[in-house]
Amino acid sequence: MNERIQEKLSILADAAKYDVSCSSSGGKRKNEQKGLGNAEGMGICHSFTEDGRCVSLLKILLTNHCIFDCAYCVSRRSNDVKRAAFTVDEVVDLTINFYRRNYIEGLFLSSGIFSSPDYTMERLVRIIKKLRTEHKFNGYIHVKTIPGASPELIQEAGLYADRLSVNIELPSELALQNLAPEKNYAEILTPMGQIRDGIIQNKEEKALFKKVPQFATAGQSTQLIVGASDENDLQIIKLSDSLYQGYGLKRVYYSGYVPITDDARLPQVTQPPMVREHRLYQTDWLMRFYGFEADEILDPAHPYLDLEVDPKLAWALRNRHLFPIDVNTADKAMLLRIPGVGARSVERIVQARRFGSLTAETLKQLGVVMRRAKHFLTCRGSAPARLGELDEQQIRRQVLFGGKAVRSALVTQQLDLFAQAG
Amino acid sequence: MSQLTPLQHPSSTAVGSVVPRRPTPELHNAPADYTYDGSFEGLLTVLFRIYDRRSAPNSIQPENEAQGGLFAQAVAVDTDEALATRTWDGLLRFMPEPARARLYHVFLSEDSERELLIFRYADMALRAGRDISENYADATVRRCQRLAQQLFREKHRMEAFVRFEKSQDELFHATIEPDFDVLPLIASHFTKRYADQRWLIFDKKRHYGLYYDLTRTDIVEFETAGAAPRRGEVLATVLDEREPLFKILWQAYFDHVNIPERKNLKLHYRHIPRRYWKYLSEKQPRERRFEPIKNKRGPNALGE
Repeated sequence: MNERIQEKLSILADAAKYDVSCSSSGGKRKNEQKGLGNAEGMGICHSFTEDGRCVSLLKILLTNHCIFDCAYCVSRRSNDVKRAAFTVDEVVDLTINFYRRNYIEGLFLSSGIFSSPDYTMERLVRIIKKLRTEHKFNGYIHVKTIPGASPELIQEAGLYADRLSVNIELPSELALQNLAPEKNYAEILTPMGQIRDGIIQNKEEKALFKKVPQFATAGQSTQLIVGASDENDLQIIKLSDSLYQGYGLKRVYYSGYVPITDDARLPQVTQPPMVREHRLYQTDWLMRFYGFEADEILDPAHPYLDLEVDPKLAWALRNRHLFPIDVNTADKAMLLRIPGVGARSVERIVQARRFGSLTAETLKQLGVVMRRAKHFLTCRGSAPARLGELDEQQIRRQVLFGGKAVRSALVTQQLDLFAQAG
Repeated sequence: MSQLTPLQHPSSTAVGSVVPRRPTPELHNAPADYTYDGSFEGLLTVLFRIYDRRSAPNSIQPENEAQGGLFAQAVAVDTDEALATRTWDGLLRFMPEPARARLYHVFLSEDSERELLIFRYADMALRAGRDISENYADATVRRCQRLAQQLFREKHRMEAFVRFEKSQDELFHATIEPDFDVLPLIASHFTKRYADQRWLIFDKKRHYGLYYDLTRTDIVEFETAGAAPRRGEVLATVLDEREPLFKILWQAYFDHVNIPERKNLKLHYRHIPRRYWKYLSEKQPRERRFEPIKNKRGPNALGE
């Protein structure tokens, strides 16, 4: 019995791990009647695996049996893998017992599609309903809705889950047709629209009535696989942008394609494109927190992100006429655009300069990465910007290799790999 | 159960109270070397005495760490709860609540200069006439902010890295050795979260713990280190019968969510530094060797 549950857990965790979302933040579920758990506010990463990823939720599939045959998926019908399925009670028992030991923040539940989408979705709903109602569980629950499931089941899932998500997986309809012929964009976007409307309606009702049941209070998210099909970065970030704008998504996750099958339709790579994925996340942040538009970061003439330097620096190098910026006078929006100055540093700069004008030394202590920033700003007592004298290549070289340049471990590792391959 | 932490004292003074403010006295007497009992209340009493005596501190040290007799101007301050409360409340007239809480956090950081830092910050706030908490250009403000940030990170880590084991009598217990004294700060998190189970979190470094008995959370102290619950020895015999199972399942889960193709140990160590591994069940040796799931075909297949 114990052997079997361990084997099931191993199989179904292994099959779920390519879903990169592990966020457990943004929930509004309080522990009110001395139940178990509390999912207010900040997420917690309880552990980290050797790939450096956070372990926050018990992320499992209900089953890896699947009637679909999506080329990129490890659980595809035609793949020769061990199959397993949890019972409803097994998932409930695991979740509760992991949570009680402070291993996890909650449950991330997804599933292969067995029998039919509704049959599968109904099982998922039964699990989370049981957790919430019978076990008074207030931990975080993220449910992946099953493509093709009926609106009623999705609606019901939203009552018990903190976050719902529908994975788009492939960043274009063409790629989806090619690699996942049983899926289509309409089937993905319709539930996404339904969840968006449910969340909006829930917010409006909350403004009117005191006691309204929760509906996916931590919002919805999706995932795009990067590198399994040949979309360029511009297409990908435009898609993300339209998802944030049009569907009010909380997050778009980017999952560098990990080669899992030898399907001829897929690129034969040996390494997931981790630097590209990293640059996409940086771009995503620029769009959400730094006031950048997708079109500013990339355009049809430059459809790919620079792997060597971060997208803000790449943008600044192309727009050198806007610099240098005086940190003692510039407005917040412009401060956010200086390479090497993060959102937190901007907050501190704005606060600290009310007490007196700032020097380069202070900026450093506030957390500004002067190695990048010095080419783009001026402050009291120094005009470090020698912008006119240096051309783009020189600045780029200085930032990358000058002085004590430290590239992130990730970039170094992966660029080295490219160098070896080349 | 020991004394209340200052954060739990009800505050009698409202922010921006209308009490007319007297000018902060100049500390014109000869500087003194203060010692106190090492408690936060003690330090607040010292702050009061400093202005009472008009005598700035050369040093402020816990009595057990102070080198007695070496100082010409030694002043041993006895903790006075009433004065401590008065000082704590009074600080609110010169700084907003979050800034005051930060001073307590600096204290919990156990930094060797914490007392002087707290004095310097308070003195600056007393004389500034406005909130200084965002004057990041000042070294003292920055240092306090930095310590408070480190403390917050350690608090957050302990909320993450506590691993409970269930014993036969339904107690969930865990041992930690945090870098800073964060138990007072994590109490409310665990109380809210685990409201329906008895739990105990024991700080082995500081020999005290938090105990929740289904009604309230108390600080519990152990006379000697030997009386404290020892992981693996005493309690192994009374663990819940399913405890070993969940430990193995958790380890199996941890092993299988890893993606070997994305291995990045540098990042791994940064997120979960080795000094925390001792009490993390997923970082303990496995009873059986890890067997990857054979689910891949093609050039990168594992285990084939």
